[in-house]
Amino acid sequence: MSEQNAKPLSEFIPDVPETTGFNKVVLELGVANHPGVMSHICNLFARRAFNVEGILCMPVGSGDTSRIWLLVFEDQRLEKMIRQVEKLEDVRYVERHAGDHPVFGRLDEFFQ
Amino acid sequence: MQMTGADLIVKLLERQGTSTIAGVPGGAALPMYDALSKSETIHHVLCRHEQGAGFIAQGMARVSGRPEVCLASSGPGATNLVTAIADAKLDSIPIIALTGQVPLSMIGTDAFQEVDTYGMTIPITKHNFLVRSAKDLLEVIPAAFRIAMSDRPGPVLVDVPKDVQNQMVSFEAYPDVVVPDAAPTFDIAAVEEAAKMIEAAERPVLYLGGGVIHSGAAAMAVTLAEQASLPTTMTLMALGAMPMDHPLAIGMLGMHGARYTNYVLEEADLLICVGARFDDRAIGKTAEFCPNAKIIHIDIDRSELHKVKDAHVAIAGDVGQVLSELLPRVKPQLRKRWLSHVESLKGRFPLAMPGIEDPRSPYGLIHAVANCLDDSAIITSDVGQHQMWVAQAYPFRRARQWLNSGGLGTMGFGFPAAIGAALAAPDRTVVCFSGDGSLKMNIQEMATAAQENVNVKIILMNNQSLGLVHQQQNLFYGKRIMASRYERPTDFLKIAEGFGMRAVDLDPSPNPRATLAEALHTPGPCLIHATIDPNEFVYPMVPPGAANSEMIG
Ligand SMILES: Cc1ncc(C[n+]2csc(CCOP(=O)(O)OP(=O)(O)O)c2C)c(N)n1
Ligand SMILES: [Mg+2]
Repeated sequence: MSEQNAKPLSEFIPDVPETTGFNKVVLELGVANHPGVMSHICNLFARRAFNVEGILCMPVGSGDTSRIWLLVFEDQRLEKMIRQVEKLEDVRYVERHAGDHPVFGRLDEFFQ
Repeated sequence: MQMTGADLIVKLLERQGTSTIAGVPGGAALPMYDALSKSETIHHVLCRHEQGAGFIAQGMARVSGRPEVCLASSGPGATNLVTAIADAKLDSIPIIALTGQVPLSMIGTDAFQEVDTYGMTIPITKHNFLVRSAKDLLEVIPAAFRIAMSDRPGPVLVDVPKDVQNQMVSFEAYPDVVVPDAAPTFDIAAVEEAAKMIEAAERPVLYLGGGVIHSGAAAMAVTLAEQASLPTTMTLMALGAMPMDHPLAIGMLGMHGARYTNYVLEEADLLICVGARFDDRAIGKTAEFCPNAKIIHIDIDRSELHKVKDAHVAIAGDVGQVLSELLPRVKPQLRKRWLSHVESLKGRFPLAMPGIEDPRSPYGLIHAVANCLDDSAIITSDVGQHQMWVAQAYPFRRARQWLNSGGLGTMGFGFPAAIGAALAAPDRTVVCFSGDGSLKMNIQEMATAAQENVNVKIILMNNQSLGLVHQQQNLFYGKRIMASRYERPTDFLKIAEGFGMRAVDLDPSPNPRATLAEALHTPGPCLIHATIDPNEFVYPMVPPGAANSEMIG
């Protein structure tokens, strides 16, 4: 047992890869607004078992585009992940913000 | 103008220059088929399985370099296309897959022959569309072509519900014919840095991948190699970019590369990777690949840079454009010491090709075929031992001469891809090297080949086994042979004849070279059968998970 305990904690939690850290990062994505766009983006993260803690999506302006906010754990693979997201045809831009960006903070009261 | 969505699709394909479509009809695609019946310029090739249609489109695209189209109905038609689409994604091949879908109002009701084609193909396409209104086709069809051929090419799927195909649409003018987007601009300072690194290197190696072929940059890559005296290795996807008999060519790298090739890479102090992506079958154990080399990585896909190996200089751009900036900045050098060292490694650890004089052995048969053909021939292969023998031994000498399922490694690719190649280049001889396992995976397309009377020759290397699996079980699973030998022989000659294809057997022939030459030089489709010893293995081999320096055999 003691030997097993020496393993990183993440090994005991099946869906948290070892590469995952504890700091959070907020990603802001500008995307084309159509029914399939969420699937395209979520698929990319899910397939790589990349933990997405929170998702917000609303149309902006005339409704041709949407803005997606993602709350993710800092991860060694984050830069590579962002480059994969940027490659999607529907993604116009990706911006990286600090984990304490207020967009998710203000939602706390709805998740009590 | 006013017309139905289906008529509009066909008109837009015609305007985009599509002249051949491979497909299989079905209920949800019937309006598109009705529209096709009115087209005077598009030839529809009726395939016997949608996977065949997908690979025929791929074969055309791999030869022409432009997006080619396959067509299927909803449900099983679409699911049958999936393998060929995934294959195109991994090898960056521009194809457009058009699928029929149940009417909009029935989507999500488990209607007859409904599957979520859009959802299913998200991870295997470069991009995909579900068209919800006929007027959207004015944007979607040109966009599909633009996306398929721009930047790093890839497959695009367009799913069109039946009522959208039937819907009337009015519009002022056709959209413009689309051309590829301009490639991304890149930093000239990085190119200059790369040129300096090449100049300063003592043991540089040029590593070419499929991107060189896609970008039409093979000649420039060869010039770079000659100018800077760079020994040049090619991935499975890039074979032919530099002629195999070029003095600087050091063959294919990786799992079944020659010993000297992998040894040269081991000693390199600079690796110039052009349009390749450090695939695991090419580089073996990542940490031990080119352990002493700095890396210059040039690729149009930014997400490939630093993905597997960190590059010291990374340039995101079209490899042709980058090379044309790099060439004038690279000083001519002779590198006598390095090249003579490479030469001596080649002399000591060459690719052994036992039996090369015997046309009844794998290498001998491949050489006998090559001796009957010139460089204009197109060579495809399936997946297995036969594929690796061809990759090692065939004297490829030009880009787009060799069509292969590299990334997905799909058994069943070779024959329909060869049909597609022959449709795209009717004046060339197309030879498909296949195995008895692989050929069975799309054998129904023999009927298509006979119908279209394409000039495709199948060289069937029949070892009555799933040879590559058999080999791995022998080498790595204690010789426990499980499900890799076919107990019952198949009479392939009868099958071919049953489909209306000529069949020739080299086994009983007293002069197999003459029989082979006659069969290869007679126009039209033909199966050429040869028995291969099931105990022939492909060597050398890097055991899965090992470093490239740990080859066996
Ligand atoms: C569609 C598909 N299924 C399974 C495999 C796994 N596989 C790789 S090679 C091989 C054997 C191929 O046999 P054959 O075509 O006869 O070629 P050989 O190795 O005997 O030359 C198999 C089963 C594959 N690559 N593709
Ligand atoms: Mg076989």
